[in-house]
Amino acid sequence: MISVQACLDGILLGILFALIAYGMALQWGVMNIINIAQGDLVILGGYIAYFMYLYGIHPAWGVIVSPIIMFFIGIAIYKLVINKVVDRDLFISILATFGISILFMQLMNFAFGADVVLANSDYGTTMLFNSNVVLPNSKIFSAFISILFAICLVIYMKKSKLGRAIRATAQNARAAKILGVDTEKVYAATFGINAALCGVAGALISITFTIHPYMGLPYTIRSFMIVIVAGLGNLPGVAMSGMGLGVFEEFADYILGTEFRIGSVFLLLVLILVYRRFKLSRKREYLK
Amino acid sequence: MKINKIIVSFISATVILLSTSVASFAKVVGDKIVLGAAISLTGKYSSNGVHTQNGYNMAVDRINSMGGVKVGGKTYKFDIIYYDDESNPKRAAQLAERLISQDGVQFMLGPYSSGLTKAIAPVTEKYGVPMVEANGASRSLFTKGYKYLFAVLAPANLYLDVAIDLAVEKNNGKGVTVAMAFEQDAFSQDVRLGVLDAIKRTGSKKVIDDKLPKELNDMAATLVKVKQMKPDVLVVSGHTKGALTAIRQISEMKVDVPMLAMTHCDAAKLSKQHGKNSQYALCASQWHKTLTYKDDFFKDGMTYDADFTKEFGYAPPYQAAESSAALLVFKDAFERANSFDQKKVRDALAATNMQTFYGNIKFAPGGQNVDKPMVLFQVMCDDGGKCENKVVAPTKWASAKLIHPIPSWSKR
Repeated sequence: MISVQACLDGILLGILFALIAYGMALQWGVMNIINIAQGDLVILGGYIAYFMYLYGIHPAWGVIVSPIIMFFIGIAIYKLVINKVVDRDLFISILATFGISILFMQLMNFAFGADVVLANSDYGTTMLFNSNVVLPNSKIFSAFISILFAICLVIYMKKSKLGRAIRATAQNARAAKILGVDTEKVYAATFGINAALCGVAGALISITFTIHPYMGLPYTIRSFMIVIVAGLGNLPGVAMSGMGLGVFEEFADYILGTEFRIGSVFLLLVLILVYRRFKLSRKREYLK
Repeated sequence: MKINKIIVSFISATVILLSTSVASFAKVVGDKIVLGAAISLTGKYSSNGVHTQNGYNMAVDRINSMGGVKVGGKTYKFDIIYYDDESNPKRAAQLAERLISQDGVQFMLGPYSSGLTKAIAPVTEKYGVPMVEANGASRSLFTKGYKYLFAVLAPANLYLDVAIDLAVEKNNGKGVTVAMAFEQDAFSQDVRLGVLDAIKRTGSKKVIDDKLPKELNDMAATLVKVKQMKPDVLVVSGHTKGALTAIRQISEMKVDVPMLAMTHCDAAKLSKQHGKNSQYALCASQWHKTLTYKDDFFKDGMTYDADFTKEFGYAPPYQAAESSAALLVFKDAFERANSFDQKKVRDALAATNMQTFYGNIKFAPGGQNVDKPMVLFQVMCDDGGKCENKVVAPTKWASAKLIHPIPSWSKR
């Protein structure tokens, strides 16, 4: 029963991380930017839901309000900073988004204070297998909403004009431009969509866990790892890698102890990268 | 070109002159004793940094308005130079250097948190500047042989051992099984060492010993183990984040445990954030307003609580109370030393033996306060959902009877 519990906990956690990672993969693929401020956008989204909760609105409404506000914040960040670094090399964009991350941390700390906060959903708990497996409904809700948003986005990317333009820009920005796609608009929209996804994830995190102005970095690192493992432009891969990492984390925690939880995930990342390199080198030999 | 050189030389000379003149006047200016403090006014510790500053300011105003400090037949008033350390240990150490070598401060008040105190202590020690601190509880601060460091609070290893004693007492003196979840930071690991000592002393047994990474706000896996092992006591220490996460996940996962003891519940405002779900949690605290310690300046805890609330608009957490107590200790030491000589003040501080509204204060050779026990309060809620913290241990200060074991979630 414990393994079922750990497995379900990991899957629910992983789905939420996968949503954040999906935003990162999208913008990385389209704009070639690694967004270090990803986690801080998540936390900002969380604060929007938290303030709704403070004013007596159920924090679950945050999953609708937060992405709308975050979309416009994303566009503003793009117009102010990102559009100046989008064509530069990766290192410049990492530096720029690192700066945005520090700025956001300090601004959030200044505006919202340094207290750890959370929003109570009062969703209760689901008991399974004669109460041996316990799942907080807030986690189930988070996973459900994450999947819903991911599906909507996939459909939007396939069916809408902007979605097709985003995919075209990701494949070849220059060709897309020649064929009349306004890549500037596409980049702004992509960054906005990523910020909106972070907004959804943030609202869900404020319901499920806790938020604090300086808590963003772990979410950046996790989503970075998920994207690295899954590869760019591989949505099912992102979902699987998110859930896989979630389950792996829970089992590592249970078997090795909590102190080895994050370490084991990093070890797994190194192993995957080494394996990939090994596979790649064999491929090259074959091509010779 | 020549004129430029002259201007640069003139400005440099003026700057040097000004900085040296500040240094030569700063320790006691006219009728003012100037203390220095690096406080976290921004950054991750800014909430508690502000509590610390408010506590210092409250005591400065009170002491000054009640006659000040009498040294050598003359009356002096306290004044504090504050700098913002940005919750950064490196910055705190730089600011301590600046306070001492540029501003000429000869007496320091401590920053917030063990980590920042650890960064500042070597600097004050190097310059022989007495520092009374109120917010660094890590045991390692008091084992380094510092001669100029004095802490008015009980060290971290005493935070939760009283909970183990209480559980053993409730188990008719027999050992209990203990599950531990501690964050991987200096403070929480010191709390852990104290609990381990108590486990050994009482013949108890540890069944879970998890160390929570700092960046983690999920302890579901630990709680799954707790459900499986069914320990008599669950102890958690992970600052505010740990306390809030523990209550949220314990209530969501319906984890039944006879006793739950934590640190930092006061700062986490558990009952405000979690309502009745936080009921029955035991919280270690340095101070509680209902304790009956007394002094001439703040009278007692209840009066301090009322005065502080009136001035700052919120009830004082223990971080503010202990910060106020630090000023009372300095005043007492200056008057007994009857001098501003740093060595004499240091010796007077070492010989402190007094009672304040915050508790008794007497320093061990390592600098920690050995005369003030920790208290445990329990969150108790009425039927209307209004929750209060009531002191349940030590028995001498108890204002309510401990509810033990905690009723199971199915019966709540």
